Amino acid sequence: MIAAAYAVPSILVFVTSALLIVVGAIGVIAVKNPVHAALCLIMTLFGVAVAFVAQSADFLAAVQIIVYAGAIVVLFLFVIMFLGVDRREHVNFEPLVGQRAFAGVGVVLTIGGLVTLMARSHWVTGAVSVTTPLSSGNANVKELGDAVFTTYLFAFEATAALLIIAVVGAVLLARRERSVQSEEVAP
Amino acid sequence: MNVPAAWYLVLAAVLFGIGAFGFLTRRSALIMFMCVELMLNAVNLTFVTFSRTLSDISGQAIVFFVMVVAAAEVTVGLGIVVSVFRRRSSTSVDELSELKG
Amino acid sequence: MALAVTLILLLPMGGFLVVLLNGRYMNERQIGWVGTGAVVGSFALSVVSFFLLLSHSSREVTVNLFTWIDVGTLHVPAALLLDPLSITMCLFVTGISALIHLYSTAYMHGEKDFKKFFLYLNLFVFSMLLLVLGNNLVLTFVGWEGVGLCSYWLVSFYFDRDAAASAGKKAFIYNRVGDVGMLIAMFLLFSHVHTLTYLSIFSKAGTLSPTIATLVVLALLLGATGKSAQIPLFNWLPDAMEGPTPVSALIHAATMVTAGVYLLVRMSPVLALSSSGRMTIAIIGGVTAFVAATIATSQKDIKKVLAFSTVSQIGYMVLAVGVGAYAAAIFLMISHAFFKALLFLGSGSVIHSLNGEQDMRKMGALAKYLPLTFPTFLIGWLTISGIPPFAGFWSKGDVLTNVFEHNKPLWVLGVVTAILTAYYMTRLFVLTFRGNERFRDETQGHDPHESPWAMTMPLVVLASLSVIGGILDLPWIHHDSLGGFLSPTFGFVAAGTHAGTLAQYGLAAVDVAAAVFGLMAGFTIWRNITSSTKYESPFLEHVWHWDDFYDATIGRPLTQAAQFGEDFVEPKVIDGAITGLAVSVRRSGEGLRKVQSGFVRHYALATVLGVAVIIVYLVARVG
Repeated sequence: MIAAAYAVPSILVFVTSALLIVVGAIGVIAVKNPVHAALCLIMTLFGVAVAFVAQSADFLAAVQIIVYAGAIVVLFLFVIMFLGVDRREHVNFEPLVGQRAFAGVGVVLTIGGLVTLMARSHWVTGAVSVTTPLSSGNANVKELGDAVFTTYLFAFEATAALLIIAVVGAVLLARRERSVQSEEVAP
Repeated sequence: MNVPAAWYLVLAAVLFGIGAFGFLTRRSALIMFMCVELMLNAVNLTFVTFSRTLSDISGQAIVFFVMVVAAAEVTVGLGIVVSVFRRRSSTSVDELSELKG
Repeated sequence: MALAVTLILLLPMGGFLVVLLNGRYMNERQIGWVGTGAVVGSFALSVVSFFLLLSHSSREVTVNLFTWIDVGTLHVPAALLLDPLSITMCLFVTGISALIHLYSTAYMHGEKDFKKFFLYLNLFVFSMLLLVLGNNLVLTFVGWEGVGLCSYWLVSFYFDRDAAASAGKKAFIYNRVGDVGMLIAMFLLFSHVHTLTYLSIFSKAGTLSPTIATLVVLALLLGATGKSAQIPLFNWLPDAMEGPTPVSALIHAATMVTAGVYLLVRMSPVLALSSSGRMTIAIIGGVTAFVAATIATSQKDIKKVLAFSTVSQIGYMVLAVGVGAYAAAIFLMISHAFFKALLFLGSGSVIHSLNGEQDMRKMGALAKYLPLTFPTFLIGWLTISGIPPFAGFWSKGDVLTNVFEHNKPLWVLGVVTAILTAYYMTRLFVLTFRGNERFRDETQGHDPHESPWAMTMPLVVLASLSVIGGILDLPWIHHDSLGGFLSPTFGFVAAGTHAGTLAQYGLAAVDVAAAVFGLMAGFTIWRNITSSTKYESPFLEHVWHWDDFYDATIGRPLTQAAQFGEDFVEPKVIDGAITGLAVSVRRSGEGLRKVQSGFVRHYALATVLGVAVIIVYLVARVG
């Protein structure tokens, strides 16, 4: 009963996540200050995490918070502060002619079209899988672990390599030019 | 009662659209990156929704990898942003137009 | 016999090849012997073939060499037709050519291009023989073109002289214009009777409609006027006198210019089908004869007088063809070959003795210095004027009698022309051989000398032939004569009002009277003077301004059109199209270049719009 009392109706969950997502997204694209934009991004990411939980993707929700909101947005904030670009941007002024109008048209057409297509094709098509069924609760982590480490093992290793390359690349990119004299300092 | 998958899909589509519009409209490189993140999240949400509806763990596995790649991308991308904008003092991408024809 | 006929054709070609390949190792004597020997051999074989033909069962012998063209319905063999007409042509072509080759060994002695001269002469004889021996129109056309080409080479033999080079070009171009006519005739004939071999055409000639027959005849006439220098394509012949005198004698008196007449006579079965065509031929012949004779009266260069005389005499031949007197035309052709070659070679001897002087106003009283040239030239003069009993009287008389039987107005024109002929030839003779000496400047005070035996022997031979040539076709021996020999090859022509014996005597008397009158007029007028404005009109001297007329109507408009092409069409239209293409490509490139703005957001926008288009398309398709 207590569990039932804590069983929040799923529609409430959906509305919450939707609000968080949309408000955050609009905030990202509308605010002038980059730091404020980063904070709005966090709000969106939280909303997505809530949606993940509602869809029984618990592990992913956790990873979302830890990696996305915790690492990536922090990285953004680091760079903003490092470059000192937390000044305001002139949002009202658009130098490229017609960019906003065309962008609006394009986006509306794309999204509208997508939604129409999905609606016409009964939203979700495809066979229900029998080989890798989904379960809720604690078994979700186990399930995901099985999939990643057996079926998608090669992809997993590849992403490991990718991460190393990315780190090495980032270090190289951000390095300052060394002067010649420091080379001659021999031990 | 269950929320039908359609609602989540529409939500993801709207999020994607907002991200795309922001990417096209803002001039600051960092804000543009954040909009890319919005779009990636929309895609993740779509995958998870499908995963639940089709009862297939592969959707979530894909999201796992998308997150990894997004992390790598942000790393390298911000590195580029740093090295490019170290020489200039503004982050406006409109100034990087030397490759015009 | 097949071998003999083939060798007739091939010996001159052999001479040509021998001199071509070995010429640099041969001296003048050897080249002369090879060249002359080849043609003499051809003549000997022609005589042999003639007797073989006489004793042969059929008078038409085809010698098949090889199949040349065999495409679809077009079958053109490389074959030779030996019949009375072709053997007659062969005999006098090779005979006269042999004499002229001999003459040339002396006349061209010391020239630096001696070898080239004999090369061209041999090639010319080969082409002419191919023309007359070919059994189909295509082979004749090959020979036709060949003689035109050799004529071009030989006329512009002294090519470093502008006048000679232009004359060669003029000759070739006028010939070419006429060739269009021959080609059209070939096309018409092939499309209607599907064959180009003479014997087949003649057997199927009856199937031609009168209109087509007339068109063919007129086309052939155009070809003949080009090659035989008749109106309207005659003004190349006087200019062709720039070539060496043996060339003028051989090509422009005896052989090439008779090719047109030969063609018309050969195609006589087709001519038989078109009376309007024949009338046109006759009128052209008669008018040309008259016009050329008038022009000859006012020329000052000895060779030009003879050139216009040639045009005039061929006009007689064409006139004879037009009224259907084919045998008379051939008879006149043969006797004209004798006396015209004689006159040209004689004039060459005169020119040679005066170190190259050709203006008659600077000659005179040469009779006592040229003991062989003078009498032979005298015989030639009397022959062409039509004095009996020389060959000219019989042959011209034959032509005029036949013309009288068919067309009185043209006969009158012919008689007037005969008077003019006698007159201008007398003028030439008197100015050259009698009167006062006017040449001392040219010979630097020396006496003119007679020519060597190689030049005078042909003169003697030709003079003898001019004297006795009349027996070929005397009016009272018809069956065993030339006419009887040739008549099977001719198509049927309706006979005119046949002149009875009395009428024939009357006509002969008219001919003699005309000749004597012209002679007397010439003597009296020109005995003491060398030039006269009353008797020499500039209009006649300038060829009735024919060249100027062609220049104004054809030459200058074409030049202007060409200039227009160079000034406007070439730079603006042709170059303009190409450069315009390049310019438009470049401009569109410059325009399209602006799409690459360098702004990342533009590129992103393009991507999004592309996606939007795809999605809209998919929605439209699904929906």
